Amino acid sequence: MKRPFILVLTAVVLFAACVFSMGVGAVYIPAGTVLQVLVDHIWSTGALEPARSATDTIVWEIRLPRTLLAVLVGAALASSGGVMQGFFQNPMADPYIMGISAGAALGATVAVTLDLEFWMLGLNAVSIAAFLCALAVTMVVYAFSRRGGRVASTTLLLTGIAIGAMATSFTSYMLVMGGENQRQLLFWLMGSLSARRWDHVWMLLPYAAVGLTVVLIYARELNVLLLGDEQAAQLGVHVERVKLVLLTAAACLAAAAVSVSGIIGFVGLLAPHMVRLIVGPDYRILTPMAALGGALLLVLADLAARTVMAPAEMPIGILTTVLGAPFFLYLLHRQRRV
Amino acid sequence: MRMPAIPSQPFPLRSGWFFLTNWGCGSVETAIKVENLSCGYDRRPVLEDLTFALHQGEMLGVIGPNGSGKSTLIRALTRILPLSRGHIELYGRPLQLYTVKEIARQVAVIPQLTPVTFAFSSLDVVMMGRTPHLRRFQREGPGDRDIALDAMRRTDCLAFRDRPIHELSGGERQRVIIARALAQQPSILLLDEPTSFLDLNHQVEIFDLLRHVCASDGLAVLCVSHDLNLSSEYCHRLMMLKDGRTYADGPPEDILTHGHIKAVFETDVTVIESPYSGSPQIILKPGD
Repeated sequence: MKRPFILVLTAVVLFAACVFSMGVGAVYIPAGTVLQVLVDHIWSTGALEPARSATDTIVWEIRLPRTLLAVLVGAALASSGGVMQGFFQNPMADPYIMGISAGAALGATVAVTLDLEFWMLGLNAVSIAAFLCALAVTMVVYAFSRRGGRVASTTLLLTGIAIGAMATSFTSYMLVMGGENQRQLLFWLMGSLSARRWDHVWMLLPYAAVGLTVVLIYARELNVLLLGDEQAAQLGVHVERVKLVLLTAAACLAAAAVSVSGIIGFVGLLAPHMVRLIVGPDYRILTPMAALGGALLLVLADLAARTVMAPAEMPIGILTTVLGAPFFLYLLHRQRRV
Repeated sequence: MRMPAIPSQPFPLRSGWFFLTNWGCGSVETAIKVENLSCGYDRRPVLEDLTFALHQGEMLGVIGPNGSGKSTLIRALTRILPLSRGHIELYGRPLQLYTVKEIARQVAVIPQLTPVTFAFSSLDVVMMGRTPHLRRFQREGPGDRDIALDAMRRTDCLAFRDRPIHELSGGERQRVIIARALAQQPSILLLDEPTSFLDLNHQVEIFDLLRHVCASDGLAVLCVSHDLNLSSEYCHRLMMLKDGRTYADGPPEDILTHGHIKAVFETDVTVIESPYSGSPQIILKPGD
């Protein structure tokens, strides 16, 4: 299949899933009405009558930001995971498994506990703290798991587990000491998209946009890096610089996702692998496809999380982990056989 | 694979290799000049006080036992390893003044056969050879594709251009890697044990191919190998390393002698003339 065609096709499927997902909930809204609300808001046609304003509020103020967040979080986690798999030349790499999500969650809880509530250049204190912690964890995991130019699966996973566990226990400690913030903090450990508003979309958007752009620009270098550091350098790639840029971008994407949605596991593992089966290993097509695939995965997971035990809601992180963990075991099994 | 017949000794006067490398067109251009080079890992010196020059059109074989610094030399020449002393010049310009990309436009490296875990097609891998010629936001154009396909035609791997590289045999994969190096359009080729882990037939096939493309493109070639007989057969000149220093440098028949090999490899051998090309070949003498 031609690359533009498959990209457009996936985008169309994603859009359809979003519209359908926005219709489902305590009040069912047909897809046509959802589209009408969107068109009305974007082009202010004024086609909607005042009597429909309740529908309008549900779609525009509640379900749309939530669905957009699912799209952005899914895209950010999936592209972050895809980049890390290439970067570490290791199919098991993923922000959740490597403890980066846990690091970001720690940063976010610290910011909330210390009441760091400021906005700087349109960036929120919580996101900044999450980003810095995620970056620190990424660097530590990278430094520890690198032996002689190669990153072995076992050291990568074990370092990730150790660092992740440490970050999670700090987060739990703050949860216990948290007092009135407890409910808010618990959310970072569970991973959820409930009660998310436009504010959160604006919080995530700049990070996701910058991170994705950088990752797309460096896709060709990432391909060459798959040959190993030495061959990449001999092909004219500035290895250390490119690696620093890519690692920062991947940490930025993961941190941005975690700072608005908490820890949602395994999306960064599932989406790139599924997409790789369809489009192959070339990061120039793999990265945008993984972003779209991750978005689709999370929109569907969010839909399921809202409906399986309605009217109660299941944290979406539980759902993705239940799906992702068996897949992780399958990868582990396959790797051992090779 | 079938190659046009190339005389196995392009240099009829073996003793005068340095007069003949200019192919009768003016003075010989020096591709690489190395002076008093020392480098190593973690302050443990591997190469010490190495001085030599590589001329355009010449195939220089670097031989020596394991740990004598052969592969380290290639890493120093591509600036992967920093020098602790001495300096390297490419075409008269100090190596440290080149950018990583500029080096890759002049120098291509063919590594030893390495395992691959990804599923890029052969053509994708050869296209990666175009990397040093592309600017940041530039995509490969039809011109780059033509160059890659031409390189694959020359190394006879067009037949499997769409097959994933990890499914190819060792010999086929190494031909793809040579095509990738040619797609870089280099003027210098560095070979790092290009035929280790290959079967005998593929060793000969790969070296025939390398000699053919290097002669027709007039490349300067530095070939690191532990295989004395292959080096002697295919190289115009040999440089023998011992403990990171040059032990001997000259045409193969001056280098592959019983005395040199006894001193460097601590092994007794008999040197005979190849019945095909007259190049010196080693016969091992078993111990008692």
